[in-house]
Amino acid sequence: MAAVGAALALALAACGGTGGSTSSSGGNGKFNEGITSVVNASTKTGGTLRIGNAVEWDSTDPADTYYGWSWDFIRLYGRALTMFKTVPGQAGLQLVPDLAQNLGEHSADFKTWTYKLKQGVKYEDGTPVRAQDVKYDVERTLDKNTFPDGPTYFGDFLDTKGYSSPYKDKTPGKLGLKAIETPDDNTIVFHLKKPFAGFDYFAMLPATIPVPQAKDTGTNYKLHPVSTGPYKFESYTPGKQLNMVRNTNWDPSTDPNRKQLPDRIQVQIGVNADDLDNRLIAGSADMDIQGLGLGAAAAAKVQSNANLKKNADSAATARLDYVAISSSVPPFDNVHCRKAVEYATDKQAMQTAYGGPLSGGDVATHLMMPLIPGNQDINPYPSGADNHGDVAKAKQELQACNKPNGFNTIISARTERPKEINAALALQQGLKKVGINAEIKKYPTGDYFKLYAGNPEYVKKNGLGLIMMSWGADWPEGFGYLQQIVDSRVIRSAGNTNLGVKDPAVDQLIDKATVTADTTARGALWAQIDAKVMDDAYIVPFLDEKHLLYRPPSAKNVYVNQGLNGYYDYAQLGVK
Amino acid sequence: MVNFLIRRLLAAIALLIIVSMVTFAIFFLVPRLTGASSADLASRYVGKSAGPQAIHEVEIRLGLNRPVVVQYWNFVKGIIVGAHYDFGPSKVYCAPPCFGYSFINQTPVWPDLLDRLPVTLSLAAGAAVIWLVFGVTTGVISALKRGSAVDRASMGVALAGVSLPIFFTGLLSLAIFRDNLQWFPGAGTYVGFTQNPATWAANLVLPWVTLAFMQGALYARLTRAGMLETMGEDYIRTARAKGLPERVVITRHALRATLTPVLTIFGIDLGTLLGGAVLTEGTFSLPGLGKFAIDSINNNDLPRVLGVVMIGAFFIVLANLVVDILYAVIDPRVRLS
Repeated sequence: MAAVGAALALALAACGGTGGSTSSSGGNGKFNEGITSVVNASTKTGGTLRIGNAVEWDSTDPADTYYGWSWDFIRLYGRALTMFKTVPGQAGLQLVPDLAQNLGEHSADFKTWTYKLKQGVKYEDGTPVRAQDVKYDVERTLDKNTFPDGPTYFGDFLDTKGYSSPYKDKTPGKLGLKAIETPDDNTIVFHLKKPFAGFDYFAMLPATIPVPQAKDTGTNYKLHPVSTGPYKFESYTPGKQLNMVRNTNWDPSTDPNRKQLPDRIQVQIGVNADDLDNRLIAGSADMDIQGLGLGAAAAAKVQSNANLKKNADSAATARLDYVAISSSVPPFDNVHCRKAVEYATDKQAMQTAYGGPLSGGDVATHLMMPLIPGNQDINPYPSGADNHGDVAKAKQELQACNKPNGFNTIISARTERPKEINAALALQQGLKKVGINAEIKKYPTGDYFKLYAGNPEYVKKNGLGLIMMSWGADWPEGFGYLQQIVDSRVIRSAGNTNLGVKDPAVDQLIDKATVTADTTARGALWAQIDAKVMDDAYIVPFLDEKHLLYRPPSAKNVYVNQGLNGYYDYAQLGVK
Repeated sequence: MVNFLIRRLLAAIALLIIVSMVTFAIFFLVPRLTGASSADLASRYVGKSAGPQAIHEVEIRLGLNRPVVVQYWNFVKGIIVGAHYDFGPSKVYCAPPCFGYSFINQTPVWPDLLDRLPVTLSLAAGAAVIWLVFGVTTGVISALKRGSAVDRASMGVALAGVSLPIFFTGLLSLAIFRDNLQWFPGAGTYVGFTQNPATWAANLVLPWVTLAFMQGALYARLTRAGMLETMGEDYIRTARAKGLPERVVITRHALRATLTPVLTIFGIDLGTLLGGAVLTEGTFSLPGLGKFAIDSINNNDLPRVLGVVMIGAFFIVLANLVVDILYAVIDPRVRLS
């Protein structure tokens, strides 16, 4: 059925959009130009930026959102304390002040962080932004009953002393959280319960976008967040459409990182993903907000047509696809059996399952990827010249594991993810060559971590030895990428994303990295962690994901921002 | 006739109650029977980083720890008298008919259903008129011109219509008529009838025709078969022998008998469509009930799924009720029975 669907889609792509290609094949860009430079640069104002969204937001409330594309888009209507520099190339990995005057000043023990706010920043209604409003939004993020979707970094690191919600707060102004002080309207001080040298990354999160308490409508705030950015909500109907217009109280002199070029921004929600690809190619849409890249049909069309390909970028992301090896499931309690899987895996076939080099990604040989500072290119388990697997080495490891004839195990994968299922099939075929017989079990995506693969008891009881996994960094840095998948102390009874890495040495290195201020030295520590996890063979990385993004010539100032994990930067787009 | 109507209405209400029970059981009882705890169900409504305490609080707040019978009763009570929900900063009153509360989107289900309904009604009504008119007309002509080139061509087209999936014909029509010819530049977006009737119709032409192409093909084949059978009946010969004009024989005698089974299918099809034309809405990016259902299923948003199932069941039951009444108009023998 899927094959028939794909064939039809390909046929459709072949015949669709020809007339529109007049507009779609224009522009002066080159293939991959958006990765290193600004394409279709323009300072002209006016027009409507037409954005398509195949899904729905988790929330447009800064306290309640965790999608990467939402963190990119939210900068159009919200300013956090810091942000990633809005430039192409490696410079985009650099944090710069946004609402704050400078990056954070920290105490010697990295437990106190102070930010001074810029003067003159206003909300859309013209009232000035205060440090108390930043504190108020951080307080809101602690209320996981009201705002369940956002990350928990502030709750994990702030010395909250049991503070759980501003809605239960009886103090005047609902600013009772002692872990954050606001000595005046322009100063905010965070007190952490454990040292963290990378706090400026937390300050970049939407949680520090100010929310005026008087305008807070709780769960309905998402319908009209009060803007501090260049655009404000005009109308928003969840599931249907979001319309934004210029925020006349946004002052560019306080904001060197954003542009306010289009008159309007219109996001149509729930657009058919294949149709959205066709709209981009035909020129009737300017941007796909999700930034996951073109679907199979459109990707094939773009790759085979030079006039279209010049408008595309194969953008590296901070997302790794890998196989987690359950060290609690025999025989994977033996490191040699884990290493046998490392060698036997046919990574090339798994890469093909994800769409090949341009729209799938590069074969991965370790956890970190070039986007992550400190990345060292290591390959502890070379899998042959074509990455099809090293059968001889795998068999040697099986000998060392006392399983010379192989063994049986189970691979888990998510039912609704066809690429993952196909990669599991490729893994199964590769392992079969060395006598490891793996049965594939599929589980619903929604419950994958809570009930099945992320539930250690279930994993052990049901013998899930190999778990298909995909992990994207919250931000491209060691902590934001690796901590949740390799720190053994985050493992709970359910809902885990660390699926089996339990190494005290790794935990110690993480602790060391979190108190290392020098970014180069910190990056080197994360590289050590990467090497250690690989040495223990807990994870079989197979793909550093790339997305084949399409930028219609109608979209101006387009480039990939590395700090945003490889999305196009929405803060500077224009259409004229 | 009144008795007949009362009987059918009571049966319809009973059917809706049974559907609600079965649907509720599927979502809230079956998971428990298969070993999932109420905490497991609650974990779907908290963020991915939530700890056991947060999950437990949600479990209590949503009442998932209560017996399923109590939960069902609260659901039914909400439909009749409304319900109160206590979420964070404010208490939410869900006015009757309260078809539950989406804990994921933090909105009552009923207003969202009402918001999506006009889209689905617009799609279904327009497509139904097209497929009924063209389907039946084509079927009649094919039957009367049996074996002719017209018959073969129209049945060939009908076969294609039945065979081609709507996600293919839909995307193809968008590529040709919107992107290439640019006849319907707004296709793929929905504009409300009250906002701009002309744009509403222009944007819906492609989904109407695409949906009608698939459905109409079925009706053409059904009508053709029915007409062929009816035209061979004795009473048709009698009607002709009486000297009635051929037009009267076809429309008053043959077509009337043929329409009875067509109407039965039409009732079910229209009712099903009103519950959400899942593929058509998905293909043409129309924010109707079908799209709403799919998004809700993908998000594990059970109260919303339950709401869509109920409204879908309501329309199927309603459409069948209307068909039963129309039967009585078309075929007077129904009233006697």
